[in-house]
Amino acid sequence: MNWLLVIAGGMAGAPLRYLTDRAVQARHDSPFPWGTLTANVAGSLGLGLLTGAVLAGAASQQLALLLGTGLCGALSTYSTFSYETLRLAQQGARLPAALNVLVSVVAALGAVLLGSALAGALWA
Amino acid sequence: MLAAVALGGGAGAAGRYGLTLLWPAAGGGVPWSMVTVNAVGCGLIGVLMAVVGERPGTHRLARPFLGTGVLGGFTTFSAYAGAFEELSGAGRGAAAFSSLLITPLLSLAAVWLGWTVTRGILLRRRRPLPPAAAPGGPAAPAGSRDGAGP
Repeated sequence: MNWLLVIAGGMAGAPLRYLTDRAVQARHDSPFPWGTLTANVAGSLGLGLLTGAVLAGAASQQLALLLGTGLCGALSTYSTFSYETLRLAQQGARLPAALNVLVSVVAALGAVLLGSALAGALWA
Repeated sequence: MLAAVALGGGAGAAGRYGLTLLWPAAGGGVPWSMVTVNAVGCGLIGVLMAVVGERPGTHRLARPFLGTGVLGGFTTFSAYAGAFEELSGAGRGAAAFSSLLITPLLSLAAVWLGWTVTRGILLRRRRPLPPAAAPGGPAAPAGSRDGAGP
């Protein structure tokens, strides 16, 4: 059962990331990977909300597997993030490459903290 | 296309879940299963993108299924950020910052290595080495990764 929850979450999260990336990348013409950044921040915010809800007793472990490990885990990605950083660096865009790493890390951390603070305010 | 991404994402997430069951994070320490999942996934996307870039005959669903789906679903940024929050919240500052720094360093090194090595091998295969210019033995041994030619 736990496996099915993770797989179902992953089967929703990955296409959601693909669609998010397409929608965001269609709205600007810089080579900066805003789409992946958006998916990673959204996944981190969701995970923060969910772990906060689990801690407050408002969400079950099963929900955490479906939405946290599955959905948020697959909505966010490290492989595309690192490949896009490599591409920027290879194209000579070293500053954007470094900024992509810095902004992704800081924004995802902020999103997790915000999510868990929100969950605390809502359910604790 | 979306179905390929979804199927791959389910498989990738299951792989990540399986690995964390086999190798649970030690309480309060660096979550090595998360670090490994991300570093391995990044190395493999380097390999995949080099293959897709150098071999035009690759199946058109290879990138959405294996890249966006399997590897995207396998690796995760949310658990990476979540690990920092969890460890720092528990007063494990050293482990929190270790995980924060080690994950991107290993992952970026892995994607670079996977891409560079794979591309080198594919270019070498496609263009056989010219006859050795210098007498006295082969210029580059078969297993050498550099000197892939112009």
